[in-house]
Amino acid sequence: MSQEANVLFDAPGPRARKRNHVLTVVSVLLLGGIVAALVLRLADKGQFAWRLWEPFLQPDVWTNLILPGLWNTLKAAAVGSVLALLFGVVFGLARLSDHAWIRIPAGAVVEFFRAIPLLILIFLAFFVPNKISPAIAESPLGTFQRVMVETFGGLFGVEINAGTITVPAFAAVVFGLVLYNGSVLAEVVRAGVNSIPRGQAEAAYSIGLRKNGVMRLVLLPQAITVMMPAIVSQLVVLLKDTALGFIIAYPELLQAGFKQVPPNFGNNIIQAGIVVAIIYIAINMAVSALANALERRSRRSRKTSAKTIGTGTGAPPAPGMALAEPGGKG
Amino acid sequence: MEQLLDLFDFGPVLDNSDVLLDGFWATIRLAIASAVLSLIIGTILVAFRVAPVPVLRWVGTGYVNVVRNTPLTLVLLMCSLALNDVLGLAFSKDTGTTYYWWAVLGLSGYTGAFVCEALRSGINTVPLGQAEAARSLGLTFTQSLRMIILPQAFRAVVAPLGSILIAMIKNTTVAIAASYAEAAAVMKGLMDLPSFTSGAIPLFIGVAVGFMILTLPTGFFFGWLAKRTAVAR
Repeated sequence: MSQEANVLFDAPGPRARKRNHVLTVVSVLLLGGIVAALVLRLADKGQFAWRLWEPFLQPDVWTNLILPGLWNTLKAAAVGSVLALLFGVVFGLARLSDHAWIRIPAGAVVEFFRAIPLLILIFLAFFVPNKISPAIAESPLGTFQRVMVETFGGLFGVEINAGTITVPAFAAVVFGLVLYNGSVLAEVVRAGVNSIPRGQAEAAYSIGLRKNGVMRLVLLPQAITVMMPAIVSQLVVLLKDTALGFIIAYPELLQAGFKQVPPNFGNNIIQAGIVVAIIYIAINMAVSALANALERRSRRSRKTSAKTIGTGTGAPPAPGMALAEPGGKG
Repeated sequence: MEQLLDLFDFGPVLDNSDVLLDGFWATIRLAIASAVLSLIIGTILVAFRVAPVPVLRWVGTGYVNVVRNTPLTLVLLMCSLALNDVLGLAFSKDTGTTYYWWAVLGLSGYTGAFVCEALRSGINTVPLGQAEAARSLGLTFTQSLRMIILPQAFRAVVAPLGSILIAMIKNTTVAIAASYAEAAAVMKGLMDLPSFTSGAIPLFIGVAVGFMILTLPTGFFFGWLAKRTAVAR
């Protein structure tokens, strides 16, 4: 029996064991009933027909639809992760700055992007430039806009045509993912550096290191070990959030597997949903397993006295609140 | 320069303020119903996950692992398209009501998994010695749960539950995928209108401020509550 059960339950005696057996039988019957009802309903609607499942054994379906979708998902997640980490480190350290004129604007940016939904940020990138660019093109800033888009936009496929900017869905998804997850990671970085005992920084200053050296040589290397699980679990969130691209028709895994497969193969929505879900679950569980391995390793080879920031409960720390304490990891 | 100033003209947004307010009202209704239902689902799940019956533990763990690793978009799409449209499990004759309840159910089923994990880690924060001391005092199972374990566990989960609530409020926007017309759907609908050009930035600002009004006070409240109720150890 696992540890959490021990807090609640004593080791079972003869009566408790008998009761547990009865409970087992009752719960198996109840759950079995629910599953049976679902299966009956599925069979009733003819959802076990082989022609609905068979498409997922055709190599064409995989090579033409699902795998390109998966590639787009992973591409958005990879670009988003790298840029979000960069954003997180920059703004996390900026929030720790001694200068109020850096600290306060950085804090405002981070809190703003954590307070509004990711989908709204994706809409911002996807719709707004297209709407406002014609007006800017006619203003004195028109040339500046064109030069900026032509210089930097090409990297993400942003195009300008007769003064109208078109942002591809990929760029919009990455934009949203970077700003939102970057802000969450900024909080993780800040909490990680703050979790290092004060004596470390004091000792580093007293041997003559400057601010830069204290941060770069003493605090950050320890903080990275502490933050690693939290960072990886945030990257799982980021990977899952790429599915929001579905709403603006970014051809990612969900769009390809769930929107494009069913109309071509007898409207097999349930089957497509199950296959797509299995792919997502497999990827996310693999990344989560990596996070757990990292946490175990950082706990084993502990070179710092700071507590690891837990992988948490999955919900990123909310605006206006401190990062959640490592709950029950001890 | 006046073209640039036109970009910050709030006129078009104010003209549509009734639609936007309707959207936010839909968001709030969805959020409140999902908050209640996800607490219930999370509590049931955590009861499963810590139960002395292995079958229930497996079911709880399986549910949490599957739902937590599936994108919310897919969960909501499965609710509206698969369960509602294909299996015909409609809540009522009115499609609007049906989609609302499927959005509530999908969102709370998803959030419930996170609530379950938060509650479980709350139980984990109670040191084993507390439970052992309670038992050796002769307290029964219910007594030790009611007087020793749950009061400490509840206090430890205030902050995580607040985070989950706020994440859930923001996640209501995904209900657009389940054909439920909330604030994000209204924003997308307005943006899709070709005639709606100059109001794009004010519209974003309006929607962003609307969500900040919902999330920031909730965050401050739970931050204050968590500090107030923290267990001194």
